Amino acid sequence: MEMKYNWDWSVLLCRLPEDDPTGTSETTFGGTTATAGGAAQTFDTGADCAQPYLDWIVSGLGWTVVVACCAWVITISLGSVIGVSRTVNQPMVRAIATTYVEIFRNIPLLVQMFIWFFVVPELLPEDAGRWVKRELPLPEYWTAIVCLGMYHASRTAEQVRAGIESIPLGQTHAGLATGLTRVQVYRYILLPVSYRIIIPPLTSDFMGIFKNSSVALTIGVMELTAQSRQIAEYTFNIFEAFTVATVLYMMVTLIVVTVMRVVEAKVRIPGTIAMGGG
Amino acid sequence: MFADFDFQVIVEAAPILWRGMLITLLLTAVAIVGGILFGTVLALMRLSRFMVLSVFSGRYVDAFRSTPLILVIFWFYFAVPYVVGRPIGDLYSVLIAFTLFEAAYYCEIIRAGIQSIRQPQVHAGLALGLSQWQTTRSIVLPQAFRNMVPVILTQAIVLFQDTSLVYVVGLKDFLTAADLVATRDNRVLELYLTAAVVYFVLCFISSMWVKRLRRQYAL
Repeated sequence: MEMKYNWDWSVLLCRLPEDDPTGTSETTFGGTTATAGGAAQTFDTGADCAQPYLDWIVSGLGWTVVVACCAWVITISLGSVIGVSRTVNQPMVRAIATTYVEIFRNIPLLVQMFIWFFVVPELLPEDAGRWVKRELPLPEYWTAIVCLGMYHASRTAEQVRAGIESIPLGQTHAGLATGLTRVQVYRYILLPVSYRIIIPPLTSDFMGIFKNSSVALTIGVMELTAQSRQIAEYTFNIFEAFTVATVLYMMVTLIVVTVMRVVEAKVRIPGTIAMGGG
Repeated sequence: MFADFDFQVIVEAAPILWRGMLITLLLTAVAIVGGILFGTVLALMRLSRFMVLSVFSGRYVDAFRSTPLILVIFWFYFAVPYVVGRPIGDLYSVLIAFTLFEAAYYCEIIRAGIQSIRQPQVHAGLALGLSQWQTTRSIVLPQAFRNMVPVILTQAIVLFQDTSLVYVVGLKDFLTAADLVATRDNRVLELYLTAAVVYFVLCFISSMWVKRLRRQYAL
């Protein structure tokens, strides 16, 4: 197989000519600096350098991180409430929580994204709908954050529930026997222990949000994947554009996994198998 | 609001949606079969004594698992024509992307399944005079797959939902078909909600079935 492809990483590094004073000043000098100046000039103002591609990548990465982190805040708070609701004694509360989990888990994220963006504003009361469509700044970004957060909350709820259910019932009974209320048992015994147990699945949930934020490009969020595709379409340097995005995704994954491993080791519950030894 | 919800639109769109659903099912089926086959190879490589194989498989899995599926779809959609030297069509590029992507996830499932088989069983096989490969094929893998069936099927449901992402390259799967009709007839509400209901019913029923299977298969 022969590949006809011209690699050109400089495309991604170039900046707009007016941003770069050295590029213009070099051209006014002749003589001995001509070669250096000439080289710098083709590098800076080549035909493919019509746009600040590096800035696009940086802004894309920024939006990916912002959208993922905001969505995660919704995920962890809503997921905890729903996860806890699935373990309480009231059948009504449990049924509502179970319904939430089943609905949000069994509809593809992309379909949910479309419904939040195109259908929900139509179903809102007239004034609220108009506000969302006309006046809310950056509607696609808010939509993406809410949609991602609520979608992943259904998964996090299951982790929280599993964490709580993994704690022996004896601990709840002991708590109640010492005079704690149900709420206090959750607050001081069940939740602190279960959060520490479920750090690994919560980490992979967060990575899921981070990767799934790319689905937001379908409603116009210019995050990392969207920016790299845009660069690919502008420059035809598809391999460079997608390589940069892929490497950035991998680096963020690596950083998050490393940090969470440290956190997990710090809060590990003494006496569990994960502790090693006894 | 719902007052002018028009069921007629959905009835008229049914043939287009059905053709879309066939593409969705084809994609799901190919990715499951291809993903499991290649995933098994990757899992065996990962557990192999040969460093090169195991490192390659580990890197492969890490790379695909830390990249968003949409980016993988773009990679194959835009890059494969360069590598092959001619356009291969959106269906084939997407099939390849899904198979290779899912293989990384199936590899981890299958590896966990294989590692759940206790070591003495391998020793017993070898002691009976079976070769390493015979032990793997007739003792380890059959039991491992039995343990894995529920997890593999759960992953298949996730995969079925993920196929909707081919929307980004315009392949006419179920969701893209619904989207086309929605824009053409200006009936966004009807079509998107129908898509949501169809996906929900299919996935909910399958996950209930998997839950029952999980109880039956428990060893």
